[in-house]
Parts: sequence; structure tokens; C-alpha cells
Amino acid sequence: MTLYAFYFLSFLAVMGALMVVFSRNPVTSVIFLVMTFFTIACHYMLLNAQFLAAVHVIVYAGAIMVLFLYVIMLLNLNEAVEKQKTLLLKVAAIVTGGLFMIVLSAALRTAETSYIDTSVVGSARNLGKVLLNEYLLPFEAVSLLLLAAMTGAIMLARSRKRIKPAPNVVGMTHEREQTKTVVHEQ
Amino acid sequence: MIPIENYLVLSATLFSIGLMIVVIKRNAIAVLLGLELMLNAANINLVAFNLAHPERLDGQMFAVFVIIVAACEAAVGLAIILQAYRVFHTAVPDSISTLKES
Repeated sequence: MTLYAFYFLSFLAVMGALMVVFSRNPVTSVIFLVMTFFTIACHYMLLNAQFLAAVHVIVYAGAIMVLFLYVIMLLNLNEAVEKQKTLLLKVAAIVTGGLFMIVLSAALRTAETSYIDTSVVGSARNLGKVLLNEYLLPFEAVSLLLLAAMTGAIMLARSRKRIKPAPNVVGMTHEREQTKTVVHEQ
Repeated sequence: MIPIENYLVLSATLFSIGLMIVVIKRNAIAVLLGLELMLNAANINLVAFNLAHPERLDGQMFAVFVIIVAACEAAVGLAIILQAYRVFHTAVPDSISTLKES
């Protein structure tokens, strides 16, 4: 039963990833990637890693992909903007990916078989115990990394140009300068 | 019981497709999408290996850290793409070639 579920989810994941490659509209590729991420979260559920599945759905499908969608819509990218690469490059990309997969699969053929034991539950309680006992230092380091990334993203995305004041504000400052000069003259 | 090879082959397939996306797409944003897919493929491997040796939860902890680093990378990468778009008016890395001679 779980084996059939595994095959079905794997099929969905690979099909979603292939649709990311072949769809020309960037928004459609992001939607298909979200589908792939949901199937990967279902794989985590099959592997009994419930906390990881929840974090995966929240962080990837909920936060990162929405960020991608925002940026795509901000830059106004669509099919007309995206020029396609030449046929030679497409063939080269397919050969690259295919050869890499063949090499990886060939390396796995001689690996020793072991079966997955799903008796251990990756619940939030068990993971939290490990995180706050053995992984305390990486946990703190990751908080620093998040802070640095947040500051860096804000610094990078901030507009360098000064915002031009609105016309009525210009008029007000102009009047103020005039009154200042008047006062000076007096 | 699912043998661990199935997960490894699935992960290898997804990683190769991610590599294909990175090579084939012109958009910088689509290239970042391919990178995210490759990180996820690596994550599947980590969780599968963790359950092949289930006495400790190290693999799942690593997967959590990978997710955090991927989130940071996406935020900073998208900010850089936005800034490049402001300066060069394009999101295609091939046409940003100011440092290239000639």
C-alpha cells in the first residue's frame, strides 16, 4: 500500500518538475513547482517526518514561492518577455540532466540494500529535544544567519533614489523660503 | 517497507531536473527555482538516510537547516535580482555583461 502511494507521489513530483521545465510562462512554472513541493511534503509524511512536512509546506509553498510570485509580478515577466534559447542549448541541457541522472543511478546500483524503518516519529517534540540539546550552537548560528539575510535583503532591495516631493509640498517649501527671504529683508 | 534505493533514485531524478532547469532557463528567477528544486532533492536524501539509521534524528535536523539556508538564499537572491533589474532593466543574466571586454 505504501509502495503504491510512493510510486504515485513520485510520478506526480517528477511530472511537476518536468512541467516547470517545459512551461514558458514563469507564473505557471512557479505553480507547478508548488505542486512538486506538496508531493515532496507528502513523501515526508510517508517517511513519518511530520514536523518536517509541516515546515516544508509552510516555508516553501507558503513563503518562498509567494516571494517568487511577487517578484515575477513586480518585474512583469511573461511569455512575451522571455525569449527561448536555441535548440542546441536545449539538447545540451537535456543531455546534461540525463547523463547526470544516469551516473547517479549507476552509482546507486552497487549500493547495499537497506530498508526504511518508519518506527521513529519525527514529531516536533522529538526534533525539539535534539535541536535544543545537541544542536544548540547551530541553532544560534542560524538565527544570526537569518538576521544577516534579512538585513542584507532590505539593504539590497531599498531604493537608492531620493523620492521626489509631491507638487503641493514643493509649493509649500517654496512659500516658506519666500517668507524666510521676506523676513531676512525686513 | 520501501527500499531506500527508491528514494535515492527519486532524489537523483529531481536533482537532474533541477540541473536541467538551471541550464535551460534564461530568467534569473527561473534559475533560482531550479536551485530550490535541487536543494529539495538533497533534503529527500537526508530524510531517507535518517530513517535507514533511525536511532538518531540527525538527518532530519540537517534537513531543517537546509530549509532555513534555502529561505535565506531565496530572499537575498531575489533582492539582488530586483536591484539588477533596476539598474539594467532586464532579468536575463546573459544580457548583463558590463564587465565583459569588447
